[in-house]
Amino acid sequence: MKILSDLGVIIGITLMYSAPLIYTSLGGVLSENAGVVNIGLEGMMTIGAFAGATVAYFTQNPWLGFIAAGIAGGLLALLHAIACVSFTADHVVSGIAINFIGPGLSIFLTKIFFDGAAMTIPLDLDNKIPRPLNGIFASISTQNRLVDILDSIFNQYATVYIALFLVLVVWFLLYKTKLGLRIRSVGEHPKAAETLGVNVYRIKYLAVILSGVLAGFGGAAMSIAVISNYRAALISGQGFIALAAMIFGKWKPQGAMWGCLLFGAAQGLVVYLGSTGLEISSQLLAMLPYIITLIILMGFVGEARGPKANGIPYEKE
Amino acid sequence: MNTIDYNTKVIEMKNITKKFGDFVANDNIDLVVHKGEIHALLGENGAGKTTLMNVLYGLYQPTSGEIFINGKKVEVTNPNVAIENGIGMVHQHFMLVDNFTVVENIILGMETTNKFGVLDIKKAREEVEELSNRYGLYVDPDAKIEDISVGMQQRVEILKALYRGADILILDEPTAVLTPQEIEEIIEIMKNLTKQGKTIIIITHKLKEIKQSADYCTIIRRGKKIDTVKVEDVTEEDLASMMVGREISFKVDKKEAEIGDVILEIHNITVKDNRDLEVVKNFSLKLHKGEILGIAGVDGNGQSELVEALTGLRKVEAGRVLLQGKDITNLSPKEIMESGMSHIPEDRQKRGLVLDFTVAENMILENYHKEPFSTKGRLNHKSISQFAQELIEKFDVRPRNENQIAAALSGGNQQKVILAREITNDPEVLLAVQPTRGLDVGAIEFVHKYLVEQRDKGKAVLLVSFELDEVMDLSDRIAVIYDGQIVDIIDGKDADEKTIGFLMAGGGVGDERK
Repeated sequence: MKILSDLGVIIGITLMYSAPLIYTSLGGVLSENAGVVNIGLEGMMTIGAFAGATVAYFTQNPWLGFIAAGIAGGLLALLHAIACVSFTADHVVSGIAINFIGPGLSIFLTKIFFDGAAMTIPLDLDNKIPRPLNGIFASISTQNRLVDILDSIFNQYATVYIALFLVLVVWFLLYKTKLGLRIRSVGEHPKAAETLGVNVYRIKYLAVILSGVLAGFGGAAMSIAVISNYRAALISGQGFIALAAMIFGKWKPQGAMWGCLLFGAAQGLVVYLGSTGLEISSQLLAMLPYIITLIILMGFVGEARGPKANGIPYEKE
Repeated sequence: MNTIDYNTKVIEMKNITKKFGDFVANDNIDLVVHKGEIHALLGENGAGKTTLMNVLYGLYQPTSGEIFINGKKVEVTNPNVAIENGIGMVHQHFMLVDNFTVVENIILGMETTNKFGVLDIKKAREEVEELSNRYGLYVDPDAKIEDISVGMQQRVEILKALYRGADILILDEPTAVLTPQEIEEIIEIMKNLTKQGKTIIIITHKLKEIKQSADYCTIIRRGKKIDTVKVEDVTEEDLASMMVGREISFKVDKKEAEIGDVILEIHNITVKDNRDLEVVKNFSLKLHKGEILGIAGVDGNGQSELVEALTGLRKVEAGRVLLQGKDITNLSPKEIMESGMSHIPEDRQKRGLVLDFTVAENMILENYHKEPFSTKGRLNHKSISQFAQELIEKFDVRPRNENQIAAALSGGNQQKVILAREITNDPEVLLAVQPTRGLDVGAIEFVHKYLVEQRDKGKAVLLVSFELDEVMDLSDRIAVIYDGQIVDIIDGKDADEKTIGFLMAGGGVGDERK
């Protein structure tokens, strides 16, 4: 039973840590399927984390914070779209710039709004994203271990459930709708789409902005759910891990989700191992998710084929 | 012929001029196409046929001139306008999304959906099937483009246009990439379409197909319209000379070969393909100075691997290759080149040129490190330009601009750049693989002339071609390859198509022939 309950804890942590990655990764899926490489996810996630925490703090409403995070991410993505689509800039260079602007702007604004502090003021527990199943298990029985396990797995922040639901939504959008067909055609063969009257630029703009919105949600899922405020090192590499998860998932929403769950599990393992008092230095443990990322990218992604025109600036004749 | 409605001009282009900078691609061209006809646009590579059609389709805006569609003046500002007016275009390089299905490709941009924007693939598939049955364009609607043949892809392109209600179809070089069987099918399809009231414009430089399919032919040379003729009334020779502006001979002019010593010896070599199977088996051949030795064979009998092995691009597993008595087996491509072998590769865009480099840079690709092109590791642009200008003049590369990037040249002119570079190396052995693939008659004549000239200088040419006519016209001796081995070597003078065709199909294998 001990093993089972430990497993429950690990799964619970995995889901919690995966959620921010899943949002961001789905953003990557949308943008790159439309042919715009988005390494700026990290920066968009950061500004989302800041905007989410700040708006939730001032309005006392986590959902307004969550929405504000999406808007902030979307606005930053708009910059990326202007650079990459309208001005046919190199996508990687623009992405790097976004990754400087996002955190820089976030810290700058934090200092303005919070009297020079380097972090936003933590939210009260009541003002964080709610946990819809909180207390449900406890009400069944307090002494049952099975119920405890279910509680540690399923008693998650709402953002976790929304993330999983969005996987379905993005999948449906990409593969079952007219817009999805157009997004994918623009990423594969923009010239073909153009000759058929598809407005390539508009589709790319839309996909990139949506990707920023999702990355912003991912940031907020970190700052108003996993923890309760924004600070400088809160988003440190998650955007890139989400990007790696997307590649691992072969640019498909469901694949990206599995990638994120895997990295989330690595994260969960670190937290769990740290709590067992194992004699490994915590710095080494903290490297684990990144090492797993590297190994997976080397080992499994060899045959992955991204959208054909991904990263190639498209110019009308 | 009887389907043509002479009272209805579906297309009338008047005084169309299109300039790119100083370059006049179309110079005051008129074109009239009647309902129900197959109208061929004939011209050399780079003559301006495709430009004219891109103007009609709205991909380019004319510098001046007017377009009337079904008698109504139309400003075709973008392809959507063309599509609305019933014009569909099948580009030479297909505009298909590889990992989409046939149906998805056809409906893209005009999707069948429910009111929430959700695709109704089932209904779309029915519509596509109905169209393909009506016009005899059979395709598997659920197959992915990357899994179907080029001929099938072309049908998808035509269906795409028909799905958008096209009555006038522009086909850009429709047969360039097809097999002979597929060519017959597409001609059949075109005739079928005109019977049902469609009008077809084909852009081509293949005279034989014009004779087989077209009713009328408009000839364009260097941007100017030469004439519109009724195809029945002219011969292929007439069309060819109108196209290039001089008499064209389909026979290669060459004097008796003066065959010299052996220059290249291939001793029992074995070569493996990418799947690690032996595809060149115990292959031996001797090439003499002053001869063109043609290797005839059906594609896929080890020719590509043989050529790669000879040029150092692929490992020789066993056996030896001697060039002027020197062992060049498994040397690097550069060492082999410097030993006196030059190579006109099969795929000029992938192996012959760096497409993003200028013509001048491509011309010194093999000698950039030598005087006078560079001194002490620095490129000398002045002498590079000068050298390139000389070659451009000598080999008639158009446009006459050494700073043009290679990708912007037409296929024939790209081949001329390669030919210029390789022949200027003055190689002892010139290995020419499919040297005229996709070229027009003028360019073919040009390439053939240089190959013969090379032989007359006492050099050796090893010609590998899948086109039997070419091998028979040029070669002094013909070696027939089948399944990685030479089946027989025939004197060029004694060669007849039947015997060689029989040998190419494996007919001589097992005979006690010597």
